[in-house]
Amino acid sequence: MLAFIIRRIAQSLLVMLVVAAVSFSLFRFVGDPISSMVGQEATMADREALREALGLNDPFLVQFARFVGNALQGNFGISYRLQQPVMELILSRLPATLELALISGIAAFAFGVTLGVYTALNRRGWISSGIMTVSLIGVSLPTFLIGVLLIWVFAVELQWLPSFGRGEVVGIGDWWRTGLLTESGRRSIILPAITLGLYQMTLIMRLVRAEMLEVLRTDYIKFARARGLSNRAVHFGHALKNTLVPVITITGLQLGSIIAFSIITETVFQWPGVGALFIRSVQFVDVPVMAAYLMMIALIFVVINLIVDLLYYAVDPRLRVERGSARH
Amino acid sequence: MAEPLLSVRDLVVEFPTRRGTLRAIDRVSFDLKEGEVLGMVGESGAGKSITGAAIIGLIEPPGRIAGGEVRLRGERIDNLPPDRMRRVRGRRIGKVFQDPLTSLNPLYTVARQLTETIRTHLDVNEKEARRRAIALLDRVGIPAAARRIDDYPHHFSGGMRQRVVIALALCAEPELVIADEPTTALDVSVQAQIIDVLKEICAERGAAVMLITHDMGVIAETADRVAVLYAGRLAEIGPVRDVIKEAEHPYTAGLMGSIPTLTQTSDRLVQIPGSMPRLNAIPTGCAFNPRCTKVFDRCRVERPDPIDRGSGRQVACWLYDRAEARHD
Ligand SMILES: Nc1ncnc2c1ncn2[C@@H]1O[C@H](COP(=O)(O)OP(=O)(O)OP(=O)(O)O)[C@@H](O)[C@H]1O
Ligand code: SF4
Ligand SMILES: [Mg+2]
Repeated sequence: MLAFIIRRIAQSLLVMLVVAAVSFSLFRFVGDPISSMVGQEATMADREALREALGLNDPFLVQFARFVGNALQGNFGISYRLQQPVMELILSRLPATLELALISGIAAFAFGVTLGVYTALNRRGWISSGIMTVSLIGVSLPTFLIGVLLIWVFAVELQWLPSFGRGEVVGIGDWWRTGLLTESGRRSIILPAITLGLYQMTLIMRLVRAEMLEVLRTDYIKFARARGLSNRAVHFGHALKNTLVPVITITGLQLGSIIAFSIITETVFQWPGVGALFIRSVQFVDVPVMAAYLMMIALIFVVINLIVDLLYYAVDPRLRVERGSARH
Repeated sequence: MAEPLLSVRDLVVEFPTRRGTLRAIDRVSFDLKEGEVLGMVGESGAGKSITGAAIIGLIEPPGRIAGGEVRLRGERIDNLPPDRMRRVRGRRIGKVFQDPLTSLNPLYTVARQLTETIRTHLDVNEKEARRRAIALLDRVGIPAAARRIDDYPHHFSGGMRQRVVIALALCAEPELVIADEPTTALDVSVQAQIIDVLKEICAERGAAVMLITHDMGVIAETADRVAVLYAGRLAEIGPVRDVIKEAEHPYTAGLMGSIPTLTQTSDRLVQIPGSMPRLNAIPTGCAFNPRCTKVFDRCRVERPDPIDRGSGRQVACWLYDRAEARHD
């Protein structure tokens, strides 16, 4: 167990180092940081002095080590565009993104599993066929189109829900500002959450359905039926748990992509999260923010990966066997 | 004569397919007396497993029982509503599956699978169910049963797992156990032990056994009577000793010729030329006629029904028809 954890952590560190290298190279290959920082009228000498002061003339490895060292302390420099520490910027935007991702992730999982199980158990019913057909549409429509459609129907035509922004937010603790505690905040998150979660939900649903059908064909399910267990016990006691083992992995990893994909949703709904921040940074070639965003997304993926592995480990007793004692 | 425990009459099982309906079981009839061991043999695809599945009401749709009836102590069970049939399964008819590696749910402990089954059928509390489960595991030969009961299936070897499967099939004290090739998937060295355990424990509890196997040796040692299936039809049924000593159906004779016994060395193995017809190409008349050495005209036209030969023996072959005897 310990060896397993250590190995996974080492792998994670390696991944982070590679991403750091990519982020770092943004500084060198995307635009010239000096021109981004100083005005048109700065002289060559001024520029050179600044270059020297920022350590941009140091050897590559020294600069990279400095970048990693700073990153470890949460220091990603100053945003070119907003002239604010990057870390502060990101932290102030992060709650909006995490709340959106979490709500849509939970909804996608809950509905995905429910519908997946339903369509697997009622394979031949017309409701199942309907759900499957609609889900095909869900998978094939691009996210922004879903967002625009939702805005058109629920915000413009029916005027039930707001079309942009986060609504009213209130602070929890020092820096977390939440929209979930206010009426307008809760109303505001519905459309973006659906937009962001729909694709993941269809994916989870199709996965659950396929896995469940597979599990229902196994011998241990047939044997459970042959022992006269109730349908309920067979489906929800025996089949569902086995179905969810592989589903957990995929779903966990989906959470990472939800955060990454939130860029589009945040842009469509003008959601004040890190995704929208990133898009603006790209427009302005605000390299420090871009680099920090990349590192943050990578970190989230790596951490989720790690948690999923451990969860998998906790759910499936077969993985818990110490080597050598499997058989006797 | 006392009412038989199980009575199968003119059982027909069909599988609708795109290219017509396949008749996997075609008017098979046999009885099982209380506490009796009936062996069921036949080549692969003869319909042994389907017969077992039909009795326990677990033919997979679109397959269905298309005719005949199955009675348990006189009560028809082939047309029971699903919920009542569920209470027959496990409680009155237990089933032992072929492959112990796949027939136990990998995510639950042996204890949980046993107590769940016991409590589904018997009105006992968790503690009592566990006590019975441990006693049963001990009886089927799991060493340190009180401790091992909390292990997961993967902690057990193949032979031990099959003992667990037997315990599961018997834990609600059924009157009949259908064992479908219970040792085929096991190491040769443990096969005999498993058969012995199964036979002994059923004898102790007065449960009848329908033992499906390819192994005539096992039948000879274990069964009271033997039924021989060929292409979904019953070829011959009778007391084991009589059938082995003097097989009457030419197909059975061929099969018996192919078991090496102490007096017969293996170089005298008789192979029946040809192979069993596929379900969509069963010849008219006697299904065995293309391979039969004793075939005559009538065999190619009329299908022989089982003919009573006295002392509980029946043979489906025109050679034993009284009308033919008169010609001889
Ligand atoms: N789902 C199905 N659809 C169509 N035909 C089927 C289906 N299941 C079984 N059959 C056919 O029914 C026949 C009997 O199958 P069964 O499994 O009972 O054979 P068996 O005697 O148990 O053979 P084995 O010794 O290989 O286990 C076979 O010819 C098989 O092809
Ligand atoms: S009925 Fe005819 S073909 Fe069939 S087994 Fe008897 S002799 Fe052979
Ligand atoms: Mg079989």
